[in-house]
Amino acid sequence: MRKAFPELGMMSCQLGIDDHTHIPADLFETEHVRIGKRVVSEQDSAAAQQYSRQGCPTGLRADLWALILNSTNEPEDVMHYEQLKSAVIIHDLLVDSLIYKDVKLTASNDDYYFVFEDYLYQVLLCFSRDTAVLEHFSYNSATPSKSHIHDKEGVEDHALVYPPNGVIPFHGFSLYVAPLCFLYNEPPRLYMVFREMYVRYFFRLHSISSSPSGIVSLCLQFEKLLQTHLPQLFYHLREIGAQPLRIAFKWMVRAFSGYLATDQLLLLWDRILGYDSLEIVPALAAAVFAFRAENLMEVMSLAAAAAEAVLADLSTLKVMPLLQIFLFATAI
Amino acid sequence: MAGKVKWVTDIEKSVLINNFEKRGWIQVSDTEDWNFYWMSVQTIRTVFSVDTGYRLTDEQMVNHFPNHYELTRKDLMIKNIKRYRKEMEKEGSPLAEKDENGKYLYLDFVPVTFMLPADYNLFLWRSSGRIKKWSRDSRTSTFMAASSGKEAYVISLYIDNPLLIGGKKFDLRLYVLVTTYRPLKCYMYKLGFCRFCTVKYTPSTSELDNMFVHLTNVAIQKHGDDYNHVHGGKWTVSNLRLYLESTRGREVTGRLFDQIHWIMVQSLKAVAPVMNNDKHCFECYGYDIIIDDRLKPWLIEVNASPSLTSSTANDRILKYNLMNDTLNIVTPNGEIPDCRWNRSPPREALGNYQVLYDEEQAQSESAERDLRSRSGQSLGPRGARANTLRPGPANTLRPALANTLRPAPATWK
Repeated sequence: MRKAFPELGMMSCQLGIDDHTHIPADLFETEHVRIGKRVVSEQDSAAAQQYSRQGCPTGLRADLWALILNSTNEPEDVMHYEQLKSAVIIHDLLVDSLIYKDVKLTASNDDYYFVFEDYLYQVLLCFSRDTAVLEHFSYNSATPSKSHIHDKEGVEDHALVYPPNGVIPFHGFSLYVAPLCFLYNEPPRLYMVFREMYVRYFFRLHSISSSPSGIVSLCLQFEKLLQTHLPQLFYHLREIGAQPLRIAFKWMVRAFSGYLATDQLLLLWDRILGYDSLEIVPALAAAVFAFRAENLMEVMSLAAAAAEAVLADLSTLKVMPLLQIFLFATAI
Repeated sequence: MAGKVKWVTDIEKSVLINNFEKRGWIQVSDTEDWNFYWMSVQTIRTVFSVDTGYRLTDEQMVNHFPNHYELTRKDLMIKNIKRYRKEMEKEGSPLAEKDENGKYLYLDFVPVTFMLPADYNLFLWRSSGRIKKWSRDSRTSTFMAASSGKEAYVISLYIDNPLLIGGKKFDLRLYVLVTTYRPLKCYMYKLGFCRFCTVKYTPSTSELDNMFVHLTNVAIQKHGDDYNHVHGGKWTVSNLRLYLESTRGREVTGRLFDQIHWIMVQSLKAVAPVMNNDKHCFECYGYDIIIDDRLKPWLIEVNASPSLTSSTANDRILKYNLMNDTLNIVTPNGEIPDCRWNRSPPREALGNYQVLYDEEQAQSESAERDLRSRSGQSLGPRGARANTLRPGPANTLRPALANTLRPAPATWK
């Protein structure tokens, strides 16, 4: 893992660690911001990706991510979005109710994201109708969801992709979009960035595949990390019947959205983009367990519930120090 | 072996009472010997009134200044600010500088307001169809009735281009503690919050009838359909900051917050000359601020008795900590208050407060600078940096405040 994430090492500076208020800005932050501005002005996508590994400054993050994702804001994109919007107005889809329910249950109750309720509806309703999303199925092991015309079930020719984008939303889906609302206040741009994030990364979190960034792989990685670095804890949790993966799974499926404070989440997603991989996610999950190891070791009875309680609130965690210590300072 | 602090309150709020009790203070009634009285604004009137008032001892403190209404009554606040502006202009102070349209560059932070009936004709001419309704009301930020013997009404024009987040209108509630007006010492609480409208904002006049669109006070929203008990329609100021930095950029966000601090200090300076700076008093104000879409902050109102009711768990924690930090400052070490205290709390005692402006310190630094320059010494690192505002964007405000005759125009332009 250390080889995979060299820039996160103790020797190099990070945003999320070295931009703390007690540290003079001149040591790292100022220079890092200056470099960031140059990367943006030169519109260098590859450089942006490399840069993002050390974290994006808040003022530049929106532009840097758009650069990395090659997400432009051309008139065609805006027009495409407007077309999707009119499709929303013209006809309803059954999945609209799922979206509505999801937003109401998750984002609307969230301290950070409730403000963006309306934007979430807009983006997700449009997303469901966007057939451009179907393109990602060419590299996704999954297949688009289909519905069959009533009396012709089983006959593939008469199967319709439904919803039009082939993706059925689920509880928590809106949390893929929500953090992006902090970065992009114009719906078309927000939409484009989200769609790109989805077809590059998020789809892997809920599709079965053999990809190293796929959720199955991530689960495996998590368990391996825990077993390797914290064998005692791993054994103990198993003994009391508290499956670590059970707890970590819900964090990983959402890439920690809704669990971490937004500024910390964005620092994590900086690295997802920077390394073009989701493997940082199980690393963080294991790091959280490592951080709370002591408390977890004390959990004896009422097993699963108590262990869950210890790990329930991640909102105060500082992601980068946790990752750095786990990856680089923990003895194997 | 000092005795325990004896406290009284006529505001039955748990965030207050829990704080008193955790300090081991003793509750007494107002007829007994008390040291600390957290009172409502009605009670402060009685304490300092000519007929029913009584002298306070050196060991008694109260949480209001006798004539706080110079700041907290909207019509008087505006009157004082206007007077202050004129004074600055007469002095030739750069603070009173105006732009080519005659608008104050640095002191234009209150939305256009009319005082009726005096400004009636002016109001009609200016509004010409924009505002149709106004009403007497207690807690709203834009409309307020001010009766003062003769009927008088205050009308503010709405900020018609408020900054919207997620399509929603919001206002900012920030807390400022004043321990003395002359010299002015004030502290801003770092943990304020934004109060959001539940409904999406639409500027059409028909929506004005919809209470939920413009009245963002929680007290009213509690009875609306969409009121949520988890977040209460509130955002932390740090969320606001993250959002603005991410969508608008770090520098302009820093300038916005600098301007907010500036507004607070200027409003306090404006009323300082007329305030009864009674040594038994301190006050924790609730500042209501609206930001427009050009990221300019506007002062709507200052509350003498900011609500201590909590709508959510987070709210309760915030207000509890606010009271805790306030008490730590005004009753150092939780001991029996001495109204002659030096009002110079050590940094560790500030809690979540940060020094907004310390006139005493600013004056002594200014004197020191003069002394040094006269004796030919270089300024050195201490001269420009003091431990008032945090490092970062707030630093740009310091030079302005340290010497109020020389604001830093570059900060705003």
